[in-house]
Amino acid sequence: MINLEIPPRLKGMIHLASEVAESMLRPISRKYDTHEHTYPVELDVFGKILQGMEDGGQGVGASHISKKEENDAGEKCVKNGKNMLAVLTLFEMAWGDLGLTLTIPGQGLGNSAIAAVASAEQKARFSGKWAAMAITEPGAGSDSSNISTTAVLDGETWVLNGEKIFVTCGERADLTVVWATTDKSKGKVGIKSFVVEKGTPGFSVERVEDKMGIRASDTVSLILRDCRIPKNNLLGKPEVKEDQGFAGAMQTFDNTRPVVAAMAIGVAKASLDLTKDFFAREGIEPDYRGSVWDQGAIEAEIIRMEAELEASRLLTLKAAWMADNGQPNSKEASMAKAKAGRVGTKISLRCVELCGAIGYGETELLEKWARDIKITDIFEGTQQIQQLIIARRLLRKSSKELH
Amino acid sequence: MKRTPIGHVLQILNRFSTSPVIDKWGIRHRAEELIYQGVKTGVQVGVVAQSKFKPIKELLPEDRLRVASKPPKRFDLSLTEEQRMLREMLVRFSANVLRPEARKADKAWDISDEVLAQSQELGLNLLAIPEALDGAATARSPLTSCLIAEELAKGDFSLAMALLAPLSFVNALSEFGSSAQQARFLPAFVGEAMAVATMAFMEPTLRFAPTRFKTTATKVADGYRLCGVKTMVPLGKRAEVFLVLAHLKGVGPRGFIVESHAKGFKVEHQRSMGLGGAGLAEIHLDRVLVPRNALLGEKEIQYNHARLVDLGRLALCSLMVGACEAAVDYVIDYGNQRIAFGEPITHRQGVAFTIADMATETEAMRLMVLRAASRAEQGLAFQKEAFLAHTFCAEHAMIIGSNSVQLLGGHGFVCEHPTELWYRQLRAGAVLVGNLMA
Repeated sequence: MINLEIPPRLKGMIHLASEVAESMLRPISRKYDTHEHTYPVELDVFGKILQGMEDGGQGVGASHISKKEENDAGEKCVKNGKNMLAVLTLFEMAWGDLGLTLTIPGQGLGNSAIAAVASAEQKARFSGKWAAMAITEPGAGSDSSNISTTAVLDGETWVLNGEKIFVTCGERADLTVVWATTDKSKGKVGIKSFVVEKGTPGFSVERVEDKMGIRASDTVSLILRDCRIPKNNLLGKPEVKEDQGFAGAMQTFDNTRPVVAAMAIGVAKASLDLTKDFFAREGIEPDYRGSVWDQGAIEAEIIRMEAELEASRLLTLKAAWMADNGQPNSKEASMAKAKAGRVGTKISLRCVELCGAIGYGETELLEKWARDIKITDIFEGTQQIQQLIIARRLLRKSSKELH
Repeated sequence: MKRTPIGHVLQILNRFSTSPVIDKWGIRHRAEELIYQGVKTGVQVGVVAQSKFKPIKELLPEDRLRVASKPPKRFDLSLTEEQRMLREMLVRFSANVLRPEARKADKAWDISDEVLAQSQELGLNLLAIPEALDGAATARSPLTSCLIAEELAKGDFSLAMALLAPLSFVNALSEFGSSAQQARFLPAFVGEAMAVATMAFMEPTLRFAPTRFKTTATKVADGYRLCGVKTMVPLGKRAEVFLVLAHLKGVGPRGFIVESHAKGFKVEHQRSMGLGGAGLAEIHLDRVLVPRNALLGEKEIQYNHARLVDLGRLALCSLMVGACEAAVDYVIDYGNQRIAFGEPITHRQGVAFTIADMATETEAMRLMVLRAASRAEQGLAFQKEAFLAHTFCAEHAMIIGSNSVQLLGGHGFVCEHPTELWYRQLRAGAVLVGNLMA
């Protein structure tokens, strides 16, 4: 039964997220944009709350998620589960502040990787710790199968050597999940992920980047120089086989792309909400009845931005819905990410333009959102990488044929 | 006997598969065609001097169609079993009947008698007519109309528009018509020889707005007098009955049921950039007198003009969605086969990314229409959703139409491929308003 409305049972969690966004993130939004590299201590409490919820149940809002596949009448029905809840709450959080959302203690990308591929023993050992993810290298960005950080087994330890860049929360996190190759000649099949604890000898933060946006979130470059870690810190299985390791790790991105799309949508909505609010005070409001051409240029542009944002939102919900229901969603996840990153950036930039000096000045957050949002068009695979993924699926092409 | 929804679809499917028309989808046998022509002319409806519309049964107020009473609690994009069956049937019809006919209809500036008759075999109108009047509908379903429109438009945008014109008239009557009006007109859309009907909404003016009609209705002694010009009326030359929208003086926009034989009612065939197959017409109303009961929603029903316009947007958007889906499928196949510089052109990012974007926007268009339609179906407010969907679809349909030609290069520009037709048709998306109703 086709229905694209927010499921009532998730509304409580969404409301909670919007309250956190409004009363916790927004008030400190400008502060940590101005004071880049300062740790937002205000988030510690929130991180504890989230961790408590996770330890107590099966993750954020688990009690609100429909686990059963039957409705009240006992008929088989669809699931609205953790993927949908994740994007719906992220719309709200990113609306509050994207940089801060990215640096909530214990909620790193590495945590998702551990949750997805770690053994039970590893999960127990790394529980309650904040984990960052280190993939990109100076010489390998979108082509992450081309990384050159090496992992060599020496008795009971792995020895890691290489340089990693663009690591979100790399300094603040307790752990970093590092991607390295165990056999460069095997290509992507040889790529594995390793958990490196903060303070391990040979593991150091080289520098913390100064960035255009999401300044509340630290982005670092790391050096691994003869860094020795226990043998059992390798996530997943050590064997070099197809369909494991790299492929598995790439699959986790199918689940994180709608999440990044949700971030773009949240920030773009923040821009659009405030812009609409400003113009409404001037008596300029769009009319949803006649023709778009019967209205002023500002009203018409607001309508177009709302339409594009709604389109992105629905693509994102679809991708999450598919994931919840066990449908392969690689294409749809990339569609959501490509579209949301593209139009989200355009919307936030356009809102700066529409609001003129008020939009560009630091008194308001419009200029900040326009700086923050650009990252959503880049990380977790640039818009162009998403287009590649979509095109390969549609055209039934291998990465050798279409690259 | 009270039938289940599946039963209704089965009934329609059955009608359809036993129809003599189905064989023609394979190899055309001249003999069969001759027999068919004979049958067809036997049932064809000519222009009659007197009204053919008579109430056969009574429609009790409680038998009127209403929106579904129980809104779903979960986000869901899966079709119901009935919708899936309906879609399967229409997929075949679009591919086997509409697509091969598209070029011919475009050149002939009209849908052929044959295709119109074949479409009537589908019995789509039944899905919008209450059971009490021998239809198959248990609730008003804008979503069903949208799904029908999408599938038909995969075959051809213009032909789909023509075929949806009678369904739109039926939808408007089911939604806003009084019980007496429904009882009088709807039975004509159930039987073997279905009536042809349409909606006359647009006007040939600059800055035409769906709330400001220049066509006027003036109250006179025993009815209304209509004056004005309506344009882009699908199936205009063939329709026996029209829903004409006009400004009722002192009241606002209202619909009037006008039969084609009315005095002062003149229909002129109309050519356009790309909607040849829709059989468009311009209608001149020169002091046309209609009886009091021609006013849509007389007595018990509150006419809601905004709802008519918004449901219209959804039907038109669905046409765009279907045609865009067809275009995406076509460029994928063409691009994979077309060799340039020693490899398929889809091995180039310039081509591949364009196709990726076309597919992404088409999917977004579809989701926006589905959301608005499902809201309408649940009785929720959907004006903003419909308006945004239309704004979005109109813009992206144009771009997708243009890109479909672009990807085929010179081959896309000549009439050997359907892309140039899609280009012309998809431009209409932003222009059309009120021509149909979901």
